[in-house]
Amino acid sequence: MSPSTRPTLLRLGVELDGAGRHPAAWRLPGARPAELFTAAHWRRLAATADAADLDLLVVPDSHRLASEREADQRGRLDAVAVAAHLAPLTARTGLVPAVPVTHTEPFHTSKAIATLDFTSLGRAGWQVEVATTAEEADAFGRKGVQAGGELWREAAETVDVVRRLWDSWEDDAVVRDVATGRYVDRGKLHHVDFRGEHFSVKGPSITPRPPQGQPPVVVPVRDEASLAVAAAHADVARVQAPDEASAAERARQLRAAAGRDLLVLLDVEVLLRPDAAAALETAAHLDELSPGHPPRCLRHLGTPDSLAQALAQLPDGLDGAVLAPLDLPATLDLLATDVVPLLRARGLRPPAPPAGAAGTLRGRFGLPRPTSRYARPVAGGTR
Amino acid sequence: MSRRQVHLGAHFPGVNATTVWRDPRAGSQVDFSSFTHLARTAERGLMDFFFLAEGLRLREQRGRIYDLDVVGRPDTLTVLGSLAAVTTHLGLAGTINATFNEPYELARQFASLDHLSGGRAAWNVVTSSDAFTGENFRRGGYLAHSERYARAREVVDVAREFWDSWSGDALVADPGRGVFAAGAGIGTVEHTGPQFDVRAPGLLPRSPQGHPVLFQAGDSDEGREFGATYADAIFTMHGSLEAGRRFTADLRARAVRAGRSGEDLKILPGATFVLGDTPEQARERAYEIRLQQVGPEQAVAFLEQVWGRDLSGLDPDGPLPDVDPDPASTISQGRVKHAKDPVAVARGYRELAQANGWSARELVIEVSGRQQFVGTPEQVAQEMDDYVQADACDGFILVPSLTPTGLDEFVDRVVPLLQERGSYRTAYSGTTLRDHLGLRHPHQHAAHRATA
Repeated sequence: MSPSTRPTLLRLGVELDGAGRHPAAWRLPGARPAELFTAAHWRRLAATADAADLDLLVVPDSHRLASEREADQRGRLDAVAVAAHLAPLTARTGLVPAVPVTHTEPFHTSKAIATLDFTSLGRAGWQVEVATTAEEADAFGRKGVQAGGELWREAAETVDVVRRLWDSWEDDAVVRDVATGRYVDRGKLHHVDFRGEHFSVKGPSITPRPPQGQPPVVVPVRDEASLAVAAAHADVARVQAPDEASAAERARQLRAAAGRDLLVLLDVEVLLRPDAAAALETAAHLDELSPGHPPRCLRHLGTPDSLAQALAQLPDGLDGAVLAPLDLPATLDLLATDVVPLLRARGLRPPAPPAGAAGTLRGRFGLPRPTSRYARPVAGGTR
Repeated sequence: MSRRQVHLGAHFPGVNATTVWRDPRAGSQVDFSSFTHLARTAERGLMDFFFLAEGLRLREQRGRIYDLDVVGRPDTLTVLGSLAAVTTHLGLAGTINATFNEPYELARQFASLDHLSGGRAAWNVVTSSDAFTGENFRRGGYLAHSERYARAREVVDVAREFWDSWSGDALVADPGRGVFAAGAGIGTVEHTGPQFDVRAPGLLPRSPQGHPVLFQAGDSDEGREFGATYADAIFTMHGSLEAGRRFTADLRARAVRAGRSGEDLKILPGATFVLGDTPEQARERAYEIRLQQVGPEQAVAFLEQVWGRDLSGLDPDGPLPDVDPDPASTISQGRVKHAKDPVAVARGYRELAQANGWSARELVIEVSGRQQFVGTPEQVAQEMDDYVQADACDGFILVPSLTPTGLDEFVDRVVPLLQERGSYRTAYSGTTLRDHLGLRHPHQHAAHRATA
């Protein structure tokens, strides 16, 4: 493979989960396992990601206990709650909680992400998830397990209605007109009147339009059904693939299906150590401690340098990666201290921003701020 | 210390008519800086908690979105989650409707907030039976009015099972032993009832408060019974000192009948206030605020809500309408009804207006939401303290009229006087909201037994 001369910046996010994605990672030195459910744990991780100017911090979520083994890490805080907590403590990185949509109310999801956008000053995103198991269905007790195709069709409806609710307040709906006693111009508030196969929602949202207008929607591409949803609705797609070439092919299919451009990021599990042998040893040790956890996507075990090289050589069509550290905080710390500077040296990441520099997540991705779909093109009218 | 202590909470000024948005000093109702300012002010004033209400459908009147009060608000849990990061001691209380959520997710959301805030979460449980709000939800407005408290009880019962599902020592996190969470310590919640059919293992270790503090608001007999049985704190409406004593005695007696101590229940009426350097100045300021709150349009809209009729032709500076109210009206949607017997209420309004020579607007100014505590800081401190010492309540949930600075003056001028009286803390002595309110930890007894 020839050294890449990528003309554009590499988009770089992390997905942070407890002591790391590997269920045994809590047993490694430095993991502080007793603190995993505290704010202090998340504050440390987020401070590292934010200082490194990463584009995304994804907080995964599910309604499952994850493991029945005593030796495995289990239990999980609500992802929106974690992201909300981190919003005032970070200044740069986009905050992207996963919200499983299968059993929850689209109206709640819409206002939660809109509000996260307010409290993060325009840095909110949302990763769409589905709940596939009987365990999750039984936790809610409202419906049975659905097949994958139907799950993602329902998810597509949820994204559609959430986006409509974000648009249901025009940007200038609040007028505070003392002369007429009107707080809002109700001509700029819109019932969404959504009627889908799975639910209907009247609207408008209870929450005004969020700072970004439309916080970026992230869709994981795992199969044909999720690819269709990403093609139709995503701003950012996370592609899972066994190798870079098939990932690039997936990205091509995705863009063809979408008929538009969107950001495509490669999912990579990572474990870094200053020398490659130590990384391999640690990974093998984790698999010994808790066997039976094969990679869920591409996996990179190595040094900051080898990861930076691999990222620099991503094939065309992949705009960057979402890295899921197998262990925390060690791998994240090396990402921040070593990988990001190496990428900067190659011109693949922007230079370190000045302190206090802030922008929106859409702005970071070069996405324009869309006007509400309900806004009339003529300005100044009052109905 | 024998003197009863005053407990204070800070209500974010919301979509009710008490919030003055016309004032040039009125700030954003959604920007996070407004929430931060009010919460930090409350914490500076050593208050027990910040309180955020919830709405799930924009209010309508005569079939159109009601546009005369503040409209729109952020998501309760998300704001509280972010406020946890910019405060250190302040309790974080929010209303969440139990009709449009499932107990599993509510339990997990509040446990998460309690973990991340270090034990400062509180949930004001309300239910809603109206199909109007239900139109925003996939499950719709299916709950019958009579089932509201049955649902509230069952939601809380199941949520508590989830909060209790991990034993106190289930999280081991011992790399040496190789045990993260003890299997025997994680119970499975299995519940079958009229409202819910739920089966799931507990998903989180116990949170610092064990159970988030539970608020209840709702004054019907059923509501009081639910509050006395389930709640830690009652968010009520403030009346006279005598009415407060009767209410408080009633709730404490109900709590005792439910096998609790009367002191397990904190009675906290909502309270509006206006301060002035002199009593006259306070009264003048109070009237100016009332004029801002009840503009001509708001006066007509208020009367429409009571009358249940289209009064768009009414002159707010003229007399009240001649016609009687329509008791069966649905003209106003998405808010709690003002009057249970509108015909009698209207008759009373007419008599008042006639006796005092009030116009329609003046009548509304007098009868709707007059401020409860109006006076100098000394007067307000004394009056509030008198309520608490007489056991008319345990304190107040302060409802400022101005976002976000409406609490500043109270903290600067009234709090020190309450402290001088020996009725208010001079520093936080604990870290959790249960500590601040003097509430027991729900697992305290079990823990004592376990170590005995």
